[in-house]
Amino acid sequence: MKILILGAGQVGASVAESLVSEKNDVTVVDTDAERLKDLQNQFDLRTVAGNAAQPELLAEAGAADTDMLFAVTASDETNLVACKVGKTAFNIPTRIARLRSAWFQNHPELLADDCFAVSHAICPEQIVTEYIEKLIEFPEALQVAEFAGGKIDLVAVRAVEGGPMVSHPVADLVDLLPRIDVKIAAIYRNDRPLDLTPQTLVQAGDEVFFVAASANIREVMAEMRQMDRPVRRVIIAGGGNIGLRLARAIESRLNVKVIERAKRRCEFLAGQLGSTLVLNGDASNEDLLSDESVDETDLFVSVTNDDENNIMSALLAKRMGARRVIALVNRRAYGDLMQGGQIDIAISPAHATLGSLLEYVRRGDVAAVHSLRRGRAEAIELVAHGDRKSSRVVGRAIRELDLPPGATVVGIIRRGEAIVAQRDDHVIETDDHLVLFLTQRRMIPKIEKLFEVSVGFF
Amino acid sequence: MSRPARDHAIVATLAAALMRFFPVLHVLSAALILFSPAFLVPLAISLSIGDGVHGAFLHGFVVALVTGVFFFFVTRGTRRRELQPRDGFLLVSLVWTVVPLFATLPLLGAIPGLSFTDAYFESISGLTASGATVLTGLDALPASVNLWRSLMVWVGGMGIIVLAVAILPLLGVGGSQLFKAEMPGCMKDSKITPRIADTAKGLWLVYFAITGTCALAYRLAGMSWLDAFMHAGTTVGLGGFSSHDASIGHFDSPAIEAVAMAFMTVASLNFATHLLAIRRRTTRAYVADAEARRVVIWLSLSTILIATHLVATGTYDSFGTALRHAGFSVVSIATTTGYATVDYSSWPAFAPIWLLFLSCFVSSSGSTGGGIKMIRMTLLFKQALREMTRIIHPRAVAPVKLGDQVIENNVIFAVLAFMLMWGGTIIVMSMILLASGLDVVTSVSAVIACVNNMGPALGAVGPSGTYQPLSDLQTWVCSITMLLGRLELFTVLVLFTPAFWRK
Repeated sequence: MKILILGAGQVGASVAESLVSEKNDVTVVDTDAERLKDLQNQFDLRTVAGNAAQPELLAEAGAADTDMLFAVTASDETNLVACKVGKTAFNIPTRIARLRSAWFQNHPELLADDCFAVSHAICPEQIVTEYIEKLIEFPEALQVAEFAGGKIDLVAVRAVEGGPMVSHPVADLVDLLPRIDVKIAAIYRNDRPLDLTPQTLVQAGDEVFFVAASANIREVMAEMRQMDRPVRRVIIAGGGNIGLRLARAIESRLNVKVIERAKRRCEFLAGQLGSTLVLNGDASNEDLLSDESVDETDLFVSVTNDDENNIMSALLAKRMGARRVIALVNRRAYGDLMQGGQIDIAISPAHATLGSLLEYVRRGDVAAVHSLRRGRAEAIELVAHGDRKSSRVVGRAIRELDLPPGATVVGIIRRGEAIVAQRDDHVIETDDHLVLFLTQRRMIPKIEKLFEVSVGFF
Repeated sequence: MSRPARDHAIVATLAAALMRFFPVLHVLSAALILFSPAFLVPLAISLSIGDGVHGAFLHGFVVALVTGVFFFFVTRGTRRRELQPRDGFLLVSLVWTVVPLFATLPLLGAIPGLSFTDAYFESISGLTASGATVLTGLDALPASVNLWRSLMVWVGGMGIIVLAVAILPLLGVGGSQLFKAEMPGCMKDSKITPRIADTAKGLWLVYFAITGTCALAYRLAGMSWLDAFMHAGTTVGLGGFSSHDASIGHFDSPAIEAVAMAFMTVASLNFATHLLAIRRRTTRAYVADAEARRVVIWLSLSTILIATHLVATGTYDSFGTALRHAGFSVVSIATTTGYATVDYSSWPAFAPIWLLFLSCFVSSSGSTGGGIKMIRMTLLFKQALREMTRIIHPRAVAPVKLGDQVIENNVIFAVLAFMLMWGGTIIVMSMILLASGLDVVTSVSAVIACVNNMGPALGAVGPSGTYQPLSDLQTWVCSITMLLGRLELFTVLVLFTPAFWRK
């Protein structure tokens, strides 16, 4: 597929990286030639320097035979214009725009083909905010990914000594929770996935992925580790776009403090927020943290746009007694370094966003994609079409599917009802949504092929 | 220099100095011309019922009109410059001192033995919508004179609304200066209409409509037409003049009291909010008004508090009676109207002092009520909370907010300065009254009642008495205090700064 990416920021770069590795022809456009050079050195792609809203530049970048346009510059205006130009001048079939303003979500008519012609709008800040919100709701989880509009969730949780399941085989979970449908999708030990059999022992320190209905998540997690008390006090370091959105989303339920370095931004935040306490200062300042009793904080989230700052202030907060710390970390190397050590969760905003972008790139009928383990693994919700003859999926039990090793069907959504694929004898019907867990991203083409409907269907 | 030449030079200098104020005088005389038809209403009533005092109104009408027209034309040709904001202070202060001067004419003509001091007090009290009176035997006064007193309150109230909503904000004075800030959500378009004249027209229309409805309600509740109109004027103007010595208590009718309470509450809200609610046909305007909610809450809670106190102290046997009298007194005093049904000053001390306290701040900005205004009180309270937040969290950035709107620090400073001046005025004026030989309760309560434009106070000038016993000096102090309070202090006080007069 020929893909044009406008904007080589964090989002643009990670999308590019991900798509290049899936053998797409990627062209990246940005005003910053230096950044493009770096990108070109790293990955096998083409770059064009210039203003992404200019038609002549888009033409130069090969917009005429592009299949998909990602307008992910930092400016809403540029993205909107690029989509419009892409549709009108170059007839690009799919145009995805990054839009910060919430206005567009409420006024879809602005995105229609006769207006700005945006096929899909995404807001990375909003996705990251929702991601963190989920972690506040389930403070023990490492990640919570929703499927079927929140009916079932895929949850990552670290097994800790003292949890009833620790040192027990996977099969025991059914006995411990007889009334709950739950399936363990994968277990990672020392960053490697285990070959899961019913006899596999869960060990302390394992990263366990399981699927269950949203209402049951807490009970399942309680089998893996001792539960914390619910989050009440939150300190957000960094009052940028994400910090503001997060504070606004949770301030009515929780006690929230925002620490922001820029005085003017503080004044703006205080005007925008209600019960949130806005503090002017440096989040890595020990005195400020102790004045604001960081030791009694349930959750410390550092969401500035500087990796090092986020890591340092999160480390400091943890050292000073914050119960749980989350840091926004863009660089994958840092993220791998930090997660599971002193910092409880390192969130990569690019990969949190990646899933929702990949939904549109995947072949076949894809309802949702979640990037897991900072982009290494993936959970994907696919729709099965056709019948027993035309499809290699429909009409077969789960165990009969020709899945590559490392891919697991973990859930089925049938006519709006979510089924956790606890047993492997569920027979797949047409229009079922299947939730698959993939330990390796490179098996995606195989899965896509598996779900293809043979020509006879049409 | 020869003598005639020198004289000529002096005259020229004087004329030049005077000419500087011609634009102000020009508008002032226009205001006087506009005011003069007000004399015709009681004149017509007087003629139709034949109470024999029509001459006084005719005299007042002719003098006001002729003076107005004369100065209007004298100052017209020489007008060289536009009015500037600074002229506004002088103009507004002059309007509220000169118009009462002419308003005294019918009172002096129709009431034998009334001194100029008392007549001027009565006019100031009317035109500032205070409702303090020096007259006794109101029931025996000619009906047209009572109507005139009511009309002064009503016209004054109309002027006050425009003053508060349209003029004072231009001068950077007054509670309505914050008015723009409190228009939330979709109503954020700062001014209600782009032009002040349109806003004023709209406000007057609302004012007319509310007064008309009020008069009708009074009539239906059992008043005569004349009483209904007279009381409607002083209810909506929140002045509190009555045509009876016993005030509303004269009627002894729960229905009339209910009507009075309802319309006093309506008039104590911002008229701009009424205008918005009517324009947009939505009650959201009231919900969004930062003051309206608080006014209603303060009135309701205080009613319950005082009624409970009255029952607990055995002042009234039944809670129902206590509630009726407490409710009426709370609404009447807190909104700075000053009607009375009972002598609340004879209640146990907590109740009358609480009423006096309420009168200081319950009215909204942009209403006909007086005092500090609810918005300033709210901001002060929030400022105090902010200081406490700052003590606990030294690095906190916590602006004072009203709804979603951040209030700038300079507004807070202005409110603090106003409070200082307000307190200062009360202290200075009380001291003068004390020095003149008045007792403590009367002095302090009279000054508070006057600066809040409420009317009756406690002690000798309580609801059962009048300001009649005060000496001439004391009466003048009260008149000046009413004027200061009505013009939100700074409008007048700025005239006494040397910088104001410098070019």
